[in-house]
Amino acid sequence: MVNSILPLTLKDAIVKKRGKVIVGPVTTKIGVKGFTIVIGPNGSGKTSLLRLMHGMERPREGMVTWQCSDAEAKTRQTFVFQAPIVMRRSVVDNIAYPLLVKGIPKAKALQEATRSAQAIGLGNALHLEANYLSGGERQKLAIARALITEPDVLFLDEPTTNLDGGAMKEIEDVLQSAFKSGTRIVMATHDFGQARRLATDVLFLYRGKLHETGAAKTFFKLPKSFEAQAFLRGDIVE
Amino acid sequence: MTDFWQGILEAFWLVASGDAGLFEIVLRSLQVTLSAVVIASLIGLPFGAWLSVNRFRYRRTAIALLNALMGLPPVVVGLFVYIMLSRSGPFGVLDLLYTPTAMIIAQVIIITPLIASIAHQAIRDLWAEYHDLLISLNTTKWQRMRTLIWDSRRSLLTATLAGFGRAIGEVGAIMIVGGNIDHATRVLTTAIALETGKGDFAMALGLGFILIALAIAVNMAIHSISQTERTSTW
Ligand SMILES: Nc1ncnc2c1ncn2[C@@H]1O[C@H](COP(=O)(O)OP(=O)(O)O)[C@@H](O)[C@H]1O
Ligand SMILES: [Mg+2]
Repeated sequence: MVNSILPLTLKDAIVKKRGKVIVGPVTTKIGVKGFTIVIGPNGSGKTSLLRLMHGMERPREGMVTWQCSDAEAKTRQTFVFQAPIVMRRSVVDNIAYPLLVKGIPKAKALQEATRSAQAIGLGNALHLEANYLSGGERQKLAIARALITEPDVLFLDEPTTNLDGGAMKEIEDVLQSAFKSGTRIVMATHDFGQARRLATDVLFLYRGKLHETGAAKTFFKLPKSFEAQAFLRGDIVE
Repeated sequence: MTDFWQGILEAFWLVASGDAGLFEIVLRSLQVTLSAVVIASLIGLPFGAWLSVNRFRYRRTAIALLNALMGLPPVVVGLFVYIMLSRSGPFGVLDLLYTPTAMIIAQVIIITPLIASIAHQAIRDLWAEYHDLLISLNTTKWQRMRTLIWDSRRSLLTATLAGFGRAIGEVGAIMIVGGNIDHATRVLTTAIALETGKGDFAMALGLGFILIALAIAVNMAIHSISQTERTSTW
């Protein structure tokens, strides 16, 4: 691979909706390596922050910069949405789609998608209409589709929120192995247990502001901010 | 009521006897209408997709206009095409008046807005569903349109069939630009109009039943083709 598109830097970046600031000002850096968890209660701005990083929201103020042109960065990162977007196609065609977008010949794309589907446990549903998949399978499909182009960075927005324990475990295993094989992951969750299991570093978001950032180890041992302590204790934070 | 039964009998007899004249006009009806449907779909489907994925200044106006065009009175379209194609008109040199081509042109004008409008609705809904994914994957406008057209092909088939239904039963416009000339531009609907005018109601009704049967047959044929492709809920 050529030079990494990372680190990603946000400098005083702000997302506004209808004149209201919903995220920011945020200043932080997503380093070359790691499994970053963006954690915070519902409505704290996790989705908006991830979309800002991914380029789907424009910063109203401030800057979001990659180590390359935005145009190039766009082609080397993917996003898994909270509610998986399933195309009206078969499982294998769904997974192959990003390769086709990149102009890879159909036969080769299908071959790779097949391999990827098998690896993620959708091997016996290859030619099934993706619409028939269960919630967990849909999310696996979305992840396989997001990984098929071997992105530098994979963003995930609460990928296990609507899943039961078993499906959650499977997804976490998939993400762990993607991480181990070198994919930079940035993932939002409001589940502390999950954050603890997966994170190498943490961005704690509360009411649109980053209250705390740093290595997961230190964060979980003793959060510095009052809000994070309360959240960690399981108090209801609003 | 006697006319009704005689009509059924007439229809049966026309078909059973393998009437060459009937065969000719059925074939011409199909030829004119299917050509118009294919051309109108080639224009209307991409246009519907284009309208769905593009944001531009007068988009709402364009959609309102498109919906209004769905209700174009065929007779007026016929008159317009007639004027365009008549000897003294701008396209008079092409010598197309009173030919099947003129009829196809009129039908294309009538059904393209219908096909584009239904396609636009279907594709707009799918676009809402796919929006984030297709933006995130950095697709080009052209790729988006192709993906949306392909993935909504079931609904687009409905759009196309609606166009077919409107065109096969249309008489006002093709009567004007085709002239209902025997062995040249006579089709089922213009023949029905002629027989009705002559007072031969049984014959007119017979042709009417054949027209209906034809429309149903084409719909069913297309549906069964699309069903065998894949059985699913889409
Ligand atoms: N399009 C929008 N218009 C207005 N407010 C919005 C919009 N999108 C999000 N918000 C608000 O911004 C806040 C953060 O939302 P979000 O980023 O979805 O948080 P999270 O993902 O952490 O639950 C919420 O209070 C939400 O209501
Ligand atoms: Mg969210």
